[in-house]
Amino acid sequence: MTSRALSGGRAASAPLMGHETEPTIFEMSVPGRSAYQLRTTGVPSTALADLIPATHLNGDVVNIAEVSERDLVAHFTRLSHRQFSVDLGMYPLGSCTMKYNPKFCDAVANDPGLNSVHPGSPAELTQGWLELLATLEEKLCAVTGMAAATLQPAAGAAGELTGLLLMRAYHSANGDPRRRILIPDSAHGTNPASVTLGGFEVTTVPSNDRGLVDLKKLKASLDPDVAGIMLTNPNTLGLFEEEITEIAAAVHEVGGLLYYDGANLNAILGAVRPGDMGFDIVHMNLHKTFATPHGGGGPGAGPVAVSQRLVEFLPGPKATRMDDGTFAWVKPPRSIGRVHGWHGNAMVLARALAYIDVHGGDGLTRVAKYAVLNANWLRHRLRATLPAAYDRVCMHECVLTATPLKNAYGVRGLDVAKALLEEGFHSPTVYFPLIVEEALMFEPTETESLQTLEALAEAVERIAQRAIDDPDALHRAPQTTPVSRVDEARAARHLIPTEDAASR
Amino acid sequence: MADYLPHTPAEIDEMLAFLGMDSLEQLFAHIPPAVRLTQGLDLPEGMSEPDVAALFTNYTSANRATASEMTCFAGAGVYDHEVPAVVKTLAGRSEFVTAYTPYQPEVAQGVLQAIFEYQTLIARLSGLPIPNASLYDAATGLVEALNMAHGATTRQKMVISAGVHPHWREAAKTFARGTGHEIVEVPLKDGVTDWRIVDATNAAAIVASYPNYLGVLEDMSEAKALAVANDALFVLGADPVAAGVLKTAGQWGADIFVGEGQPFGTPLAFGGPFLGLFACTTEQTRRLPGRIVGETVDSNNRRSFVTTLRAREQDIRREKATSNVCTNQTLMAVTAAIQLGWLGTQGLREVATRCAQGAHYLFDELVKIDGVKAVSTQPFFREFAVHLGHDASAVLLTMANDGVLGGVSIAALTSGPDPSIDGDVDDVLLVTVTERRTKDEIDRYVEVLRKAIGQ
Repeated sequence: MTSRALSGGRAASAPLMGHETEPTIFEMSVPGRSAYQLRTTGVPSTALADLIPATHLNGDVVNIAEVSERDLVAHFTRLSHRQFSVDLGMYPLGSCTMKYNPKFCDAVANDPGLNSVHPGSPAELTQGWLELLATLEEKLCAVTGMAAATLQPAAGAAGELTGLLLMRAYHSANGDPRRRILIPDSAHGTNPASVTLGGFEVTTVPSNDRGLVDLKKLKASLDPDVAGIMLTNPNTLGLFEEEITEIAAAVHEVGGLLYYDGANLNAILGAVRPGDMGFDIVHMNLHKTFATPHGGGGPGAGPVAVSQRLVEFLPGPKATRMDDGTFAWVKPPRSIGRVHGWHGNAMVLARALAYIDVHGGDGLTRVAKYAVLNANWLRHRLRATLPAAYDRVCMHECVLTATPLKNAYGVRGLDVAKALLEEGFHSPTVYFPLIVEEALMFEPTETESLQTLEALAEAVERIAQRAIDDPDALHRAPQTTPVSRVDEARAARHLIPTEDAASR
Repeated sequence: MADYLPHTPAEIDEMLAFLGMDSLEQLFAHIPPAVRLTQGLDLPEGMSEPDVAALFTNYTSANRATASEMTCFAGAGVYDHEVPAVVKTLAGRSEFVTAYTPYQPEVAQGVLQAIFEYQTLIARLSGLPIPNASLYDAATGLVEALNMAHGATTRQKMVISAGVHPHWREAAKTFARGTGHEIVEVPLKDGVTDWRIVDATNAAAIVASYPNYLGVLEDMSEAKALAVANDALFVLGADPVAAGVLKTAGQWGADIFVGEGQPFGTPLAFGGPFLGLFACTTEQTRRLPGRIVGETVDSNNRRSFVTTLRAREQDIRREKATSNVCTNQTLMAVTAAIQLGWLGTQGLREVATRCAQGAHYLFDELVKIDGVKAVSTQPFFREFAVHLGHDASAVLLTMANDGVLGGVSIAALTSGPDPSIDGDVDDVLLVTVTERRTKDEIDRYVEVLRKAIGQ
């Protein structure tokens, strides 16, 4: 296969410009230069000192940068050329679902009919937005098999904490405060961090030799002090928890609730719904499963859907469809209160609804099928080079291990990840989950083609060959990227978070 | 059938054959049949993009409070500032929009350096040396500040001025359900926090807003003195545009600054995604929530940037992390850096000044109207609250018919009586003026309001 020419997701031909660093905007600044232009208003230009008492004025201490518009454009365009992105090439970053972000969804959200609306406007003047939000809530509930949802949480971790506060409110309302939350040892780090902020304690549940929750040990941890369990299914090994109904029954039997971490929801769209598996609370990462762009680390959106018994506790106010066909803000009767300054990341929510509408039920089901197909193809294709930690059918991602390369040639998972950057691919997730040695977690997503997958596999094989021929070169990789390996220890030891700290 | 999937039927067959399978169903065979969805999702069939676009016009046309239909005088932390084409173009570059979190710094110097420049700007605007790389919004930023104050003092009591935006206060109460913080609200008198009546003994934080959410400029030395007297941290929520001309959080002696970064290049966007600004003193560095970018060098000794102090974060420290924040609002932070680059030193001062000039001009005209009364006699910056003697929500709807979004009704923000307003809140309207409002628009506002309240 001539994958070099055909591989759409391989970014090796990207015109990343040279090896010189880009100055900061502060270094480019020339006193007296400017770019801004403001409206001619005719408002009386009373001196500030006549409007505001002198004790409040800062004496012009705040300086920004002074550049022309042309300099501004050159600077940020050059910076953008020093940045990998989904639009540039494949991003097989496990657990992150870096699929293609349809431009149509951006365009829909950027319509002034949506994005020029002030969030504090009366509901009577924003009926379109309220209908959009109520419609999205209904569709997310259809996808997850839940009764109702809040759209307020701004990201997955915010959704987790919201879910835990819902658990707390539910148990408290029953006069049954509980302290412990169970979490598998393969869980995302946000899970235990959220548990602490939710006022609970973490009990870790070990995985068994198949990479799944050890049901016996789980049952041994269960008692009436268990508020609930947080699970990702498929789990972070990309494996489906096959005993999920038994797990759900056992947790429910002691009065606990089941929380579904939706980070891996992409794998099961249209195949199985969290509600049908017995989950009570589900958060969704719209910036993963529903393809809203990740923005270099946000914005995301982390709506939380719940089963019937938790509906009355949801954050509010919620956009609600009224009997007369209009929409209103309604606060659930025992709401835990706001978890966001306004109504959530509304523009992200609008993009997700557009994505759902384009795909429909049939399209979303295909999304999961092809995501799982791609991951299994890659796992199988690479088994001689990077064996899977658990070599059986996986879901949307596969956790491979570089242990053979490490043992034979001293080449670690990080070296493979960094060498892949030279090959025009983003790295997979490295060293996660923690329970797999030299883990390399690949999530190809459904939007990459067979040709791109083949190109990725060939790149991994070339790296494996380099491990034999010249392992030291791999320790130095990458060299063709805008910068080579950075000194992370130095950054932490001597913190320079601003230009002003740098110049001190 | 519409989607973005590249697979042809022949390729699917080829891939399945490689796996020794003959149907896609086999990939899901290990899922227990009892929970398998057999009838598909209860959603309509997929539609083409143009068909969905047509569907979305139902939503856009049902929104009346849009820029094309109404002149915006609404604020409450969200402001209608100029966003020029150059900022939209640069911030919309797909390298910024479709990147992931910069975990591989060798191919993420673009986002990392932009965040470094953003952090520099936030440090300057706040007057505090340690910024982070952004939080979700100001309300959740305040929650992180309270958690930091708890970490620094091990105390639970949070003394919060009612001048802090009602939504921020409500978020603080929501998350206190988990952390167990005790939230003590301090009422306003004539629009100014009545610190003297509160017992701040054992407080972890004294929290104020500058200007406060009613627009009033309070002298922050009293709040600072209260914090010092009680060994509490001083948390100041501040309007970052105000920092163009008004004292910074650092100048007032704040330990932690939080703010809403929407005014820097982000549209009104029905409330999100916005930008949680955060900065603190060096004493609190190890308790900083979320990500921070630091400068370093690469193996060839070239200046480079990388996310640092990672040992604080959730993916490493897990249940002992200082915060659970992972995904934040990077794109809005990059946007803010670009917008501030466009404004420059002089532009920011001019925007701040023009906001103050416009707001004072409108205020002076409004209080001439019979029945309109200022909520506070104290100085204000760019926003003010007035009693209308009429239900403010009803007045807003009447004004809307004349193409004016007249402000934000306080009752809509507080959902009931609030310690920020003495007495009934239903007739109180919060009004703002940005640099985008002309004298003609402001004069028309006065006329439309007069008409709406029958004056």
